[in-house]
Amino acid sequence: MINIEIDGKQVSVPKGGTVMDGAKELGIYIPHFCYHKKLSIAANCRMCLVQVEKAPKPLPACATPVMEGMKVTTASEQAVTAQKGVMEFLLINHPLDCPICDQGGECQLQDLAVGYGAGQSRYTETKRTVANKNLGPLISTDMTRCIHCTRCVRFGQEIAGIMELGMTGRGEHAEIQAFVGKTVDSELSGNVIDLCPVGALVSKPFRYSARTWELSRRKSISPHCGLGSNLVVQVKQNRVMRVLPREDESINECWLSDKDRFSYEGLNSEDRLTKPMIKCADQWKEVAWQDALQFVATNMKAIKEKNGANGIGALVSPHSTVEELYLLQKLMRGFGSGNIDHRLRQSDFRFDKSESGVPWLGTSIADISSLDAVLVVGSTLRKDHPLIAQRMRQAVKKGMQLNLINPIGDDLLMHVANEAIVAPSAMASALAEVLKVVIDAKAATVSSNVKDIIKTITVSDTSTRIAASLLEGEKTAIYLGNLAQHHPQYSELHQLVNFIADILGAKFGVLGEAANSVGAYLAGAIPNKLMGNDQCISGFDASQMLATNASQPAMLCQGYVLMNVEPEHDVHNAQQALKSLGEADFVVALSSYKGKATEYADVLLPIAPFTETSGTFVNTEGRVQTFNGVVTPLGETRPAWKVIRVLGNLLALNGFDYETSEQVRADVIPNLGDVSAQLDNNRTLASMTVVSESSGKVERIGEVPIYQADPIVRRAESLQQTNDAVSPCAWMSPDLLQKLSIKPGDKVKIKQNDGEIRLRAASDEKLPDNCVRLVSAHAETSELGSMFGEILIEKL
Amino acid sequence: MNPFPQTLLDQVDSSDPENWKLSHYVKRGGYAAIKKILSDKMTPDEVIEEVKKSALRGRGGAGFPTGLKWSFMPKQYEGDKYIVCNSDEGEPGTFKDRDIMRFNPHILIEGMVVAAYAMGVKAGYNYIHGEIWDTYTRMEEAVDEARVAGYLGENILGSNFSFNLYNHHGYGAYICGEETALLESLEGKKGQPRFKPPFPANFGLYGKPTTINNTETFASVPWIINHGGEKYLELGKPNNGGTKLFSVSGHVNKPGNYEIPMGTPFAALLEMAGGMRGGRKLKACIPGGSSMPVLPGDVMMETDMDYDSIAKAGSMLGSGAVIIMDETTCMVRALERLSYFYFEESCGQCTPCREGTGWLYRIINRIENGKGKMEDLDLLDNIADNIQGRTICALGDAAAMPVRAMIEHFRDEFIYHIENKKCMV
Amino acid sequence: MLSPESLKRIDHEISKYPLDKKQSAVMSALAIAQEEKGWLATETMNFIAKYLDMPSIAVYEVATFYNMYNLEPLGNYKLTICTNLPCALSGGYDAADYLKKKLGIGFNETTVDGKFTLKEGECMGACGDAPVLLVNNHRMCSFMSNEAIDKILEELSK
Ligand SMILES: Cc1cc2nc3c(=O)[nH]c(=O)nc-3n(C[C@H](O)[C@H](O)[C@H](O)COP(=O)(O)O)c2cc1C
Ligand code: SF4
Ligand code: FES
Repeated sequence: MINIEIDGKQVSVPKGGTVMDGAKELGIYIPHFCYHKKLSIAANCRMCLVQVEKAPKPLPACATPVMEGMKVTTASEQAVTAQKGVMEFLLINHPLDCPICDQGGECQLQDLAVGYGAGQSRYTETKRTVANKNLGPLISTDMTRCIHCTRCVRFGQEIAGIMELGMTGRGEHAEIQAFVGKTVDSELSGNVIDLCPVGALVSKPFRYSARTWELSRRKSISPHCGLGSNLVVQVKQNRVMRVLPREDESINECWLSDKDRFSYEGLNSEDRLTKPMIKCADQWKEVAWQDALQFVATNMKAIKEKNGANGIGALVSPHSTVEELYLLQKLMRGFGSGNIDHRLRQSDFRFDKSESGVPWLGTSIADISSLDAVLVVGSTLRKDHPLIAQRMRQAVKKGMQLNLINPIGDDLLMHVANEAIVAPSAMASALAEVLKVVIDAKAATVSSNVKDIIKTITVSDTSTRIAASLLEGEKTAIYLGNLAQHHPQYSELHQLVNFIADILGAKFGVLGEAANSVGAYLAGAIPNKLMGNDQCISGFDASQMLATNASQPAMLCQGYVLMNVEPEHDVHNAQQALKSLGEADFVVALSSYKGKATEYADVLLPIAPFTETSGTFVNTEGRVQTFNGVVTPLGETRPAWKVIRVLGNLLALNGFDYETSEQVRADVIPNLGDVSAQLDNNRTLASMTVVSESSGKVERIGEVPIYQADPIVRRAESLQQTNDAVSPCAWMSPDLLQKLSIKPGDKVKIKQNDGEIRLRAASDEKLPDNCVRLVSAHAETSELGSMFGEILIEKL
Repeated sequence: MNPFPQTLLDQVDSSDPENWKLSHYVKRGGYAAIKKILSDKMTPDEVIEEVKKSALRGRGGAGFPTGLKWSFMPKQYEGDKYIVCNSDEGEPGTFKDRDIMRFNPHILIEGMVVAAYAMGVKAGYNYIHGEIWDTYTRMEEAVDEARVAGYLGENILGSNFSFNLYNHHGYGAYICGEETALLESLEGKKGQPRFKPPFPANFGLYGKPTTINNTETFASVPWIINHGGEKYLELGKPNNGGTKLFSVSGHVNKPGNYEIPMGTPFAALLEMAGGMRGGRKLKACIPGGSSMPVLPGDVMMETDMDYDSIAKAGSMLGSGAVIIMDETTCMVRALERLSYFYFEESCGQCTPCREGTGWLYRIINRIENGKGKMEDLDLLDNIADNIQGRTICALGDAAAMPVRAMIEHFRDEFIYHIENKKCMV
Repeated sequence: MLSPESLKRIDHEISKYPLDKKQSAVMSALAIAQEEKGWLATETMNFIAKYLDMPSIAVYEVATFYNMYNLEPLGNYKLTICTNLPCALSGGYDAADYLKKKLGIGFNETTVDGKFTLKEGECMGACGDAPVLLVNNHRMCSFMSNEAIDKILEELSK
């Protein structure tokens, strides 16, 4: 530690630290623009000039390293003259448009100009103007306001991992812009809006819609990915106007993904369902809540009478709150059916019998930053978990080795040490190869099943290197991504990773796909007996509930309760789901949106999205985060937990007299306590099969696109205009294209089971052989079946 | 004829198109220094000691003692280290490095080989000003010659010392003469100076320890090794060792480069340059390149050409570019042109320089065009104050100093311009 | 996109730098591309970005930072005359005025026949030879008296 003095106060700063670090430690504010704690030091704004004893000229606090005995004054005449001089320079070419600037009220330049600016400008020459740039649907520009601090440029290079903005030209002609004709496409792009200290980069969706002082700020938690980013939701006249990050170093740091930031547009969508509706003689009509709920109760009872309680299944979104999920499972089980599941995109449930705890990240989110080596199985990290990817990016820069087994070879914008880009059907054998090397290296004893498997396996160089990378690291982890969880052989993938991690002593975990993937388990929104609750009834899993060809008709559901689910997007096999729902006797949809529910539902119950209800999410690392509603529910929308409570009463079930959501939560997580004892990724599968030969059939890679993952984001208009949301293509390797005599750009016919769609073909040379990358969760592909497996493709 | 001893262009005949070649250089006694070092088994420290003794000061502008700079290079560093030659001569008035490279390129190569030996460096780059393209191609040829002859490359002259030298060209940016901007440029980026510390000796090219010297600095080294540091020092005066090339331009009869010992009176240099054009009177002189404060003619006539004497007179020796202005020169116009230069060449990175250079220029331009106000003079001075010492690199100072000196020494002329809306001369 | 000769020259430049520092060759690659194409079109910059494995915006930054790159098509001959102070003291502006008159264009303009573009330049490091004129970046012409200008224009007009 180095001891220095700032404004007469002593402070110790680590070696290599700066005067700015010392000042922050002491709580002394030094004006600055270009400095940002998460970015490299540029020292270009010169606003932070301070006086340092013995230095002949003022020095920038942000860039001046501390030296023992240094004496700094931040407000001496020399320092203040320098700061005022810089402020004058910054203002001479800055427009005087604060009254119409979106940054007004939260502008660092405006704030500092009050303290450091002169009343009257000495600049009488013409002011510079700079043409605005089109950076895409999310960021709006007013480049004349730019003060060239380069925070936005450094953010791209250092945090987002991709340089999309640069400062072109030089001197007075220097301008921030993207390459000719390009937009800013990073999934983290919105952060530059926060970083820009002036109003040069502002939110396009928010633009001109409110003045900052008209907004009330309320805390919330993001309902999108498993990270559980902390939010500030800004509200005007009971409408969500904007979402900003709330800093939490152990979760989202000071960042937000664009999904978390801009999805709020979906909350104000035209498609919001605002009144309960029932279908009568093929006509939809709005009804009173009481009537709608009575209608539901009556129909549920009818099905129970006809087919037994097991004839009803509940499909629930893992983006629902703990309270909603808990109450719905309580209702279902109270009603006599154990059919409830939130794992809608999962298709392999062979583990359910052996599940001993809730699958979770296996480490804390913050731990990721200090790992030496990581293996990620089945994830395009950047798109599935933008901020976890960002954390890994920083770790990789510090030396972490990132290894990847995935069917998609997209650029993750960080150095990948080793990657096995293999067909979905070959992922298990790739893992088995890694397992084999690890077993040999550690001379581990294994079961005969494992012995049999690795006997037949030949290890590729890549797998050897992946294993070596994990063997070398001291702190290592293996993560199963979304794609692995959706994989038809999820059990094998999980089991293999389990073995590898055990032998290595590595951590292993599951990257929670949704805001409440962990919480949904804790709440019991699964069909098996978890949580040590012996009384709870088991039932069908998501795939059984939607089955259409069960050998016994008694195994089929006749009635469905959907909560926050749009089956054409949110389940593993949309084609089959739509068929089952179409054939069902009765479907009730609890939803914030109408969507296509009118086509398959009989009752629509408008329930509150996360901004209109209180609730709890448990994020992928097992952190319990509660939140309150930030606006009152739209129209006749009601919080889902209240709706289910009333329904419970109508069905005359016991234990539905909660008065607050806190009471509901207390049944699941008493006293907001630690849930870590319930988290456990260890599984045992009676017997694994790993096929290493390719079947030669063309396989689908049915990933979920970043802005299709949940009902809210699907309705966020601006996000839907980004390059991440362009219409899907059938991506294939050049080899496969050639084999099928298809050229990129050709229209092709794609068939899977009974469904057929037409799309354009495109070429991606990183895709494995015989694979078609064909998104799921998309209107244009919902007629297809399973996210994986064989598909037929023909040139038109 | 130049009556003084020559260390840089000794026996060089610029009229002979073959004279630059390796064979000619060797005939003139070239590559003796590196041979001497290798055959006498001089240690790197001994080489640096010799350079220290010579009191050679950097010829790029700042005049930093070269031997001392070389001793900053970390000795026990594992991994690559670099030396970089700054041939991005762009300071208005300076054109000496070009002549060294055009007419005597091997002396630069040899100087860099010696420097590489002294600092344990295996690779070097020579960054050449973009506009002197023929000089770049000349250097490319010379480096090839030296490589073929075994003065560059692996195991130089059969020793186990290896050094590779590569030429890199600029493409029109004065700021790349600033050493850290040059490094950025060499890395394939915009030439924007880096904040220091860290200094290049610790964090230079590609983040590795790097020493940067001016072309003339490196080219001075072979003579020092051949004749000894003390001899070199004696050519000049204490603390100002050796001879130096002065680029004389402007209102003289014979503009050009003149190699003279440090401490030679300015009057002698002016005479070598053929005296004032048309026999007119010396009004002003910028003695060290356009970034340095201007001095009135009479002060200049009393000054000797070395770092300390020029500093005493109120300016700086800088790069040794002597810009001569006679009595017909309008100082407002002269300053306007210089201010335009700094305004155009500011890299745009830091606020005071990006915003301030344009402001300075616009005010001076107004004065030149008869739209000046009396308070502009104080404003100019104050803006210059707000730039100087507040920027990342010294371009800010370079833009401010001429303004302040011009107004200080020729205030009357500025006032005349403002009052009469026209030129005094 | 670029001729094999240009690519060969670029490869030679790349070979000057450490293997993982290809980006160092961007200035010469742009200069070589410009020599071949006359100017730097968006596709050209994009091509070089891919060739050197760097972001295209970083190439654009470089292309717009250094004066000698042409970001738009120019006349066959770009004439850059230095008017910086040392040259100005020795007739730099006279030479510029003479050129303007002879070509009938101002700075940053191109003659109607598309032959010449006139540019004002900053110090070229050749002030002893003032006034100096640079033809297409790479050919330096010294002592540009009116007669010398006539001669060079005549030569280039052929
Ligand atoms: C704006 C600016 C321009 C410069 N231009 C040059 C130049 O053209 N040539 C040069 O050798 N040094 C130039 N320098 C000085 C270099 O930064 C550096 O001090 C020098 O190359 C060191 O070499 P030396 O110690 O041999 O003088 C410039 C400095 C500044 C601030
Ligand atoms: S002083 Fe000027 S040239 Fe130097 S870094 Fe600042 S803006 Fe760039
Ligand atoms: S904050 Fe220090 S220079 Fe900008």
